[in-house]
Amino acid sequence: MSATDAIHPHDPHRLGRKVGDHGDHAPGHGDGGPASTRIIVGYGFWIFLLSDIVMFSAFFAAFAVLSGNTAGGPAGRQLFDLNEVAIETGCLLASSFTCGLASLAASARYKIKFYSAMAVTGLLGATFLGLEIHEFAGMIAKGAGPQRSAFLSSFFTVVGCHGLHVTIGLLWLGTMMAQVYAKGFRADIMRRMMCFSLFWHALDIIWVALFTVVYLMGMVQ
Amino acid sequence: MFGKLSLAAIPLDQPIPMIASVVVALVILGVLGWVAAKGYVPYLWKEWICSVDHKRIGVMYTLLAMIMLLRGFSDAIMMRSQQALAFHSGGYLPPEHYDQVFSAHGTIMIFFVAMPFLIGLMNFVLPLQLGVRDVACPTLNSVSFWLTATGVLLVNLSLVIGEFARTGWLPYPPLSELQYSPGVGVDYYLWALQIAGIGTLLTGVNFVTTILKLRAPGMSYLRMPMFCWTSLAANLLIVAAFPILTATLAMLTLDRYLGFHFFTNGGGGNMMMFMNLIWAWGHPEVYILVLPAFGIFSEVISTFSSKPLFGYRSMVMATMAICILSFMVWLHHFFTMGAGADVNAVFGIATMIIAVPTGVKVFNWLFTMYGGSVRFTTPMLWSLGFMITFVIGGMTGVLMAVPPADFVLHNSLFLVAHFHNVIIGGVLFGAFAGYTYWFPKAFGFRLHEGLGKAAFWCWLIGFYVAFMPLYVLGFMGMTRRMQHYDVPEWRPWLLIAAGGAVVITIGIILQITQLMVSIRDRESLRDETGDPWDGRSLEWSTPSPPPVFNFAVLPNVEGEEAYWGVKSRAREQRRLRDEPDYEPIEMPRNSPTGFVCAFFATIIGFSLIWHIWWFAIVGFVGAYATFVAFAWRDHHEEVIPVEEVARIDRANRASRADFLARMPTP
Repeated sequence: MSATDAIHPHDPHRLGRKVGDHGDHAPGHGDGGPASTRIIVGYGFWIFLLSDIVMFSAFFAAFAVLSGNTAGGPAGRQLFDLNEVAIETGCLLASSFTCGLASLAASARYKIKFYSAMAVTGLLGATFLGLEIHEFAGMIAKGAGPQRSAFLSSFFTVVGCHGLHVTIGLLWLGTMMAQVYAKGFRADIMRRMMCFSLFWHALDIIWVALFTVVYLMGMVQ
Repeated sequence: MFGKLSLAAIPLDQPIPMIASVVVALVILGVLGWVAAKGYVPYLWKEWICSVDHKRIGVMYTLLAMIMLLRGFSDAIMMRSQQALAFHSGGYLPPEHYDQVFSAHGTIMIFFVAMPFLIGLMNFVLPLQLGVRDVACPTLNSVSFWLTATGVLLVNLSLVIGEFARTGWLPYPPLSELQYSPGVGVDYYLWALQIAGIGTLLTGVNFVTTILKLRAPGMSYLRMPMFCWTSLAANLLIVAAFPILTATLAMLTLDRYLGFHFFTNGGGGNMMMFMNLIWAWGHPEVYILVLPAFGIFSEVISTFSSKPLFGYRSMVMATMAICILSFMVWLHHFFTMGAGADVNAVFGIATMIIAVPTGVKVFNWLFTMYGGSVRFTTPMLWSLGFMITFVIGGMTGVLMAVPPADFVLHNSLFLVAHFHNVIIGGVLFGAFAGYTYWFPKAFGFRLHEGLGKAAFWCWLIGFYVAFMPLYVLGFMGMTRRMQHYDVPEWRPWLLIAAGGAVVITIGIILQITQLMVSIRDRESLRDETGDPWDGRSLEWSTPSPPPVFNFAVLPNVEGEEAYWGVKSRAREQRRLRDEPDYEPIEMPRNSPTGFVCAFFATIIGFSLIWHIWWFAIVGFVGAYATFVAFAWRDHHEEVIPVEEVARIDRANRASRADFLARMPTP
């Protein structure tokens, strides 16, 4: 043993702690040991969602840089139909509400309510996606596809990336319903349901940013 | 049917890649044949390929990194010999091949050597140091590893089928756009990195969750070993930075595949946006690599100085400060862009500020050694070599952080010397220190000391001989990536640099010899107690190699340096703690999910590179089916019976009690 240990036998880093002094005074909630699986999975999924939001922020940054670079082509004001976008927004926000209902039904182990709430969520998501595809198709038909200008490239990418997430979400939603049907409300299924609803709500948050930055600000430019 | 793929993609007219790939193919077939002949295939499949054990995944990551180090190093040898020969002549590598060699060298060394090496060490060590049985999501960990392996496979396939990028390790547009790089080289780069990058991101998510939510009882933040802290910082950076890489590469992919205009010359594209985005990932990436290495040095220096780490709290502060500051300096990679004097000044000063926490760390290591009884083992030699080398590299970095100086040195060999100075001296030396330090824990026997020390000296001397001339050449105006040159004054320095590469080659040969000799002499190098270095953190309380469940009973952490406290008490009382009450342990079941995912990811990557769309769809469907199959599992865990747990722990306690009895009375 070195001299330091002799002077500070149980406080080698000189943090001013006493022997067996954990719990109240040890920061970091280390006392209880490993967290439960539900907390670990939920926390991990939150971290993943944050990373997803970082990815979106890179696409947002690209859009912000390129939004004025129309290369002689149309700008957002000539292309966007705010009525259609408003309906899209309504669908997505309502789907978040029904997704919340599905989570509540799952917690109450109420199968019929769960299936119907999930089905409505899926229908609203599909409607949103259909409207987005309709918007994209209309723009491409007008010669305002992503190859037209840097502005349109970044528009199609940032909005399309969100649409891709909704598509994956719908695939997940269907799988989730099939899982509950096959396995019931088992603990691992409930954890996945928690992650799914976090994912679905995160898509809403990103849409709010898209609606504001891309569509509303695009209309006033 | 096969997109752009045809037999013409195989470069039969180029002897170097052909011979190299034939040799590699023979080695792989030889190893596979040996494994099959010995009947090891079921063992390999069940115990390694399907393993979700963090220790085995860590070993596989490290092995992958070492194999790729040989590949990346052979590229380095080719570059050094080409530049030694190509005075007033074309050398032996034609430009289009030379360009692929330097691009592959950088890509492989960063993404497929440094990253997997450190992630492998983190995988192996983190749960052991935190006193838990596995990472947060063990199967996801296996998926991460195999996705990294997919990236490796795609990069190496480019040697035989098609070509690799000729754009440098970061594919700057407009050169990397379809107009100027019409071949599949850049596409290989993009898909290999995209797939491996997803693996890395998942690792980051997994490890952040592990460190923040999965620690032994009593293991509060300020009781974690320093390696856990630096790993936390590195993985937070992965979570925050790798998505930017994903997005940036996706934009370049859209430009190349679908004619978008993110970075093109025409259509309003902005190519400087690529530089900004890629370095917004790239600079944090530097710290993702070096922070875990800092953690390794902290562990090694403290253990072999037989003293607690000096300035633990300042080390934590410095680590987290670097974590944040690393996001505020990216523009120093392109001061010459012309952002203006004010912007350059801000980023120059921010860059210099990073030197402050780094300096704090260096002083802490020095003061840890001061007054300690220092044992000069191989890991300690790597650490000492690091301290001197890294400080030199850091100082040349601060020099280049001065924008006017950078205008002179930008893209010169001075820069090449600088980043090799910090990456070899910092990251690689750290990886080697960690490899030697934790090897006995992983395999139950130490590495041969003499050969390890010889390898260290060859690496250290070889490094200085190979890279110091590049600083001189940078001042003499030689730019990087030159296939040939006509300046007679440069020649002697390039010859010296090539000589340095030869010395490093000897170092690598010595390392391979060390591994083989150590395996041969494993009985005499055996680590009986599980604590070969008189360690201070919890990994040394387990047997070597640790059982699949790591800890028979989760340790109750009662102070800093969790294991040192327990050990000191045992030495004072001359007895171990009472035997705990054993209980059966539930461990996650092994699963082929990771391997199968990577199989489909390889199909997706390969077919997207060669525009074989239908095959890519097959890959996506397969990947989705794999997820569903995994989600439909009913049994996630298997139980290790209490007798087995007790047997393993009692054996370990017996060897430690034996060691304690043989110790002289204090």
